[in-house]
Formats: sequence, structure tokens, C-alpha cells
Amino acid sequence: MAKQNVNAKLMTGNEACAEAAIVAGMRFFGGYPITPSSEIAEVLAHRLPEVGGIFVQMEDELASMATIIGASLAGVKSMTATSGPGFSLMQENIGYASMTEVPCVIVNVQRGGPSTGLPTLPAQADVMQARWGTHGDHSIIVVAPSTVRETYDWTIKAFNLTEQYRIPVIVLLDEVIAHVNEKMVIPEPETITIIDRKRSTESPDTYQPYKQNDSDIPLFADFGTGYRYNVTGLSHDETGFPTNDPQKINALYSRLSRKLERYQDQIIEYKTEYLKDAEICIVAFGSSARSAYRAVRLARQQGIKVGMFQLFVIWPFPYKILGRLASQIKAFIVPEMNLGQIAHEVSCAIKSDVIKVNRVDGSLITPNEILERIKNVSV
Amino acid sequence: MFPYEKYLRFSKFPHIWCTGCGCGIILKSILRAIERIKLSKNDIALVSGIGCSSRTPGYVDFNTLHTTHGRAIAFATGLKLAKPALKVLVISGDGDATAIGGNHFIHAARRNLDITVIIYNNHIYGMTGGQASPTTPIGKKGSTAPYGSIEPSFDISGLAIAAGASFVARATCYHVVQLDKYLEKGFMKKGFSLIEVLAPCPTYYSRPNRLGTSVDMLRWYKENSIPVEKARTLSEYEKKDKIIIGILEDRERPEFCEEYKKMAERIRKS
Ligand SMILES: Cc1ncc(C[n+]2csc(CCOP(=O)(O)OP(=O)(O)O)c2C)c(N)n1
Ligand code: SF4
Repeated sequence: MAKQNVNAKLMTGNEACAEAAIVAGMRFFGGYPITPSSEIAEVLAHRLPEVGGIFVQMEDELASMATIIGASLAGVKSMTATSGPGFSLMQENIGYASMTEVPCVIVNVQRGGPSTGLPTLPAQADVMQARWGTHGDHSIIVVAPSTVRETYDWTIKAFNLTEQYRIPVIVLLDEVIAHVNEKMVIPEPETITIIDRKRSTESPDTYQPYKQNDSDIPLFADFGTGYRYNVTGLSHDETGFPTNDPQKINALYSRLSRKLERYQDQIIEYKTEYLKDAEICIVAFGSSARSAYRAVRLARQQGIKVGMFQLFVIWPFPYKILGRLASQIKAFIVPEMNLGQIAHEVSCAIKSDVIKVNRVDGSLITPNEILERIKNVSV
Repeated sequence: MFPYEKYLRFSKFPHIWCTGCGCGIILKSILRAIERIKLSKNDIALVSGIGCSSRTPGYVDFNTLHTTHGRAIAFATGLKLAKPALKVLVISGDGDATAIGGNHFIHAARRNLDITVIIYNNHIYGMTGGQASPTTPIGKKGSTAPYGSIEPSFDISGLAIAAGASFVARATCYHVVQLDKYLEKGFMKKGFSLIEVLAPCPTYYSRPNRLGTSVDMLRWYKENSIPVEKARTLSEYEKKDKIIIGILEDRERPEFCEEYKKMAERIRKS
């Protein structure tokens, strides 16, 4: 009999997300039930009291987003989970978290939209909303796993990213990843990297919550630990108080966007397969990437030079990397369960049109649909 | 003289409030009540939404959090649950707390979360220029009710009592002695406490409604308020258009942070 791995479990994406969040150190969840994300809340309602954390079911998603920011200000890693309609309601306070640089993780298990849309079926149509859903220029990081194991890893990474850069991180799942049962080997704790926000060791007398430093990432102080400072969603200066001084306003917005720009190479992650000699490249993320991998392998069996580029981090988008690929690749194919949101960005990156494979009917894009397009271009 | 300077961030003055605004009166009362409960400034968090009243945290030397319109109580919920040792106070306007934030208000009261919410009820949206609010009385004008409001107004305190708050009191900016006392009691009370304070907004409420100066408003509060004990002996007709002040509710109910703690301990034992 084959040796059994005791750490191997059958898990859904939603379960993996919830368990990974606890491993990452998340001890505060505030949420409101919505399909197809509810199991994340349900698992955490069980688990958090067991591990000394707080689970609270809020009255709506506006409150869910607000309450996790409040908890994070007290120094506790926090998150919420939702789907389209709830994600829309969270937008104002996501902007608040971005503006005030309060670490937090928002999981959006995507469904078809707009409005109530397709509650029980997958979609990938919140790519743009995740980036630009809240008003104003702002920094945000968006990641998109495609399997249960990746959901586990990327939930932990989401916490690490938000803690490290003090930028809210959105985890985009979809109904398929959320509900599919896959074998999951839980990684050994010592193989997992956990990052905590850098805290100030300065005296509270001289502490300034948004003081400029070389890293562009201000040092945090937990509320209620002797550092009495002000947090506001108004444009503020280094001391944390509202300001109308154009120079100070400019300094704030420049730093907020610089944070994302200067660290993008560290933040961006992707996976490639068969790209070395490829003439055709598939760019995909989430559930669509699963079908895309299959299509690429099938095409390779037929001798077609096609490769795969899977996005793990969608925002910041890897414009430069895809741009460099453009000289080698004669056609980019972008399968996604929306009407071309990532295709548009790929197109910007390669400065040319891409071949779009889209579905918005709640069905997955099949490997065959992608394969057909690959064959079409290869002739 | 009371040592206000101990609590104020003087470098942030001058404040944004108009001459005669009730915000300053309430702020001073809050500081006097805080002095009486003898809590360290480090252990107090003041959370607010958006509005004239919600600008208060910027002027006081606590852990201060100025959030989004209507959501102060929801932010405060996370802060309190994550750090129960903090004394969490919320400042909100009538619009902030009962229009856009009405849902959070009733649900925090229902959970009986141990925070104190102080609502500055000036019957109008001050910050945005005098639009009608859920507490604008029928017939009174606002910039979006130019013919006088036709909507019945909310009884903020009644709402909190119905939703489950442990402690509810109402005062006006005239009755500051009582206000000091209610605030102190509210701060000390385990559970959700609400202090509703009627406050003059001379700029956007009194002026369009020809109610005179701030002093006239204070005089009006004085002449039209009746203590709750007396109100209980009066008929509905006699109470009509009167402001009922006093401690309207003071009861023991299970508090949310404590209930959560108990549940978690039970789970870990089993
Ligand atoms: C989501 C949102 N909607 C609207 C506004 C605009 N706004 C700012 S303050 C305010 C009303 C303030 O009135 P109130 O809460 O009664 O406080 P006051 O200014 O009278 O103290 C409004 C509508 C906003 N800031 N955010
Ligand atoms: S507009 Fe009204 S509430 Fe606002 S500061 Fe002036 S008087 Fe006060």
C-alpha cells in the first residue's frame, strides 16, 4: 500500500482560504453571508474562537469592511470575505484602508454580475472593480489563485503583502475554486513564511504615524499601546492630521502610489510553462488557467509551439514582463470568464491586439475552446 | 478652571466650528466626564464618522479615528472586539448615526457592545450645508426641504432603547450639568450606552428656521425640556413638542465582548 501523507486532506478553496488565514496569523474576521463565499465565514466561525480569535457576523458588508479596519488598527490581522454585491458595498472603506494604510485582506469569491447576477456560478468579472472599485487614485494589490493549494498559499501571501506594504490586498477567487474539492497537502509550518507589519520602536512622544522614511512604508503603532495618534480618511500630513497644504497633499498621494510602483517587481508573481520556444502564449488566471494549462498540453502533443503565462498577481499588472515577451510571441490568447478585462491589459502590455476567449454564461471555458483558438492561429 | 488643556490638541486649533455651534459645549462636557472616570488618555479611543460633530477627534489627545460617513460604530466594533481593554467612545451626528449609519447603530445596540455613542443631534446636516436629516422635525426647513419637512423624525433615544442598549440618556447643550453626569454614567456602564445631545446649529438650522441665535436656542431648550420623571406623569398632549431629558434607560443586559469571551472559554475547555 502506498504511504499515506497524514497532512493530505480533501479541501475546498473556501476551506483552504479560511485555514490558511489562521496560519497567516489572522485573528479577526468580520463578514456578511453571501454565496459563494459563505463557507469561509462558516469555517472561521468555528475556528477563530478555538484559536483565540474573533469572528463577528456584521449587519452588512459596509460594516464588515469597517470593522476589520478597526481591528487591524488595534494590531490584529484581519479579513473579510464576500462576493460581487458585497464587494461593491465594501468599496468606500477599501479606499479608506488604502488611504490610511491599514493592512487587511478582502476575499472576493467572484460570481457573474452586475447586480445579483449569477450567485451560484463562476465568473471572473471583478478584475477591474478590484483595481478601480473605490474612488480616487489609490494603491491596491490583487492576487488570483487557481487551485485549492494555490488558494492556501496565496491567502498566506496576501497577509504577508498587506502587512509588508500596508496596502489592502484582495484575493480573487471564483465559484469553482471556492467549491471544488481537491487533495491538499498542508505545508509544514516551518516551510511557511509569515510577515508582520513593521512597528515603530520610537518614543510615543515623537512618533508620527505617516512619517516619511526610506522605504516609503510608514511604521505602524497599535491603537491603545501608548501611541496616541490620529487616523483620518481626509488627506493628511505625516502627523496624521488633515491638511489642505498642496505640498503635503502631493507628498501623500505621491508616496501612496510610489509604494506600489517601486515594489512591483517584488510583488508581481506569475508562472510559465513551455514558454521558451513558444510562438503562441496563453495568459490566464484563476479557473480559466486550469483549462488553459490543459489546452497548452494538448496542443503541445500536436506539435504546436504554445506556452502558458499564469498570473498570480493581477494588480500590479506585469506590463513590462509581457511587453518583453511580445517580440517572441506571434499571438497572445486570453481566456477569461468576463468580456475581456485582462485581455485589455495584456493588449496594453504588448501594444497590439490579443485573441480573446470569453464566457459570461456561468460555464467554465473548456480546454477545447482554447485549443480550437490555438489551432486557428497556428495554421 | 477645568484643565481642558490636558486633553486638547491645541496645535490643531482654531477648530472648524462656527461661532455658537453646540459641538464645543459637548466636547467640553465629554472631557469633564472623562476626567471624572480617571482613565488614562492611552486607554481611550475616540471614533467618529463624517460631519461637523465628527471632526471632534482631531482636537483631542486620545487614540483618535475619523472614519467614513455613517460607519464609525462599525469601525469601533472591530477596535473594541480586538482590544476590549480600550474604552471606545463614538461621536456621531444625527445624519451620520441615524441615516447612513442607522443600521450599524441599531445592531451595535442589539449586540450590546460595550461602547458609548454620543450623538450630536442638531436636526440638520451641518457639514454639507443644511440639508434635512432624519431628525428634522415636520415643518422645519432645510436646504433640501425648502417647504418644510414632511417626514416624521426619528426619536434617536427611543430607537436605541428598542434596539437593546443598556444605557440611554438625553440632554441638551443647555443642560450641561446633567450632560456631564449622563456621560460619566454612560462611560462607566457595561454595555452599549447612548447619550443623545440636542445641539444648536445656528448656521444651518436656526437661520433658515428663524430660530434666532445660539443663545435663543439654548433658551428654547431650557424652556421646553422636561425631566423624564415628570414626563411620566404627563399626558401625551402635555408632552407634545417637549424635549424629554434624563436617563431614559438603565438596565443590565449581557454584553457582547464578555459573551464572546465566555463562549470561547467554553469551546476551549470542551
Ligand atoms: C458616503 C457619503 N455620503 C455623503 C457624504 C457627505 N456628507 C458629509 S457630512 C454629511 C452629513 C452630516 O450631517 P450629520 O451627520 O448630522 O453631522 P453634522 O455635520 O450636522 O454634525 C454628509 C451627507 C459623505 N461624506 N459620504
Ligand atoms: S454648520 Fe452647524 S454644526 Fe456645523 S460647525 Fe457650523 S454650527 Fe456647527
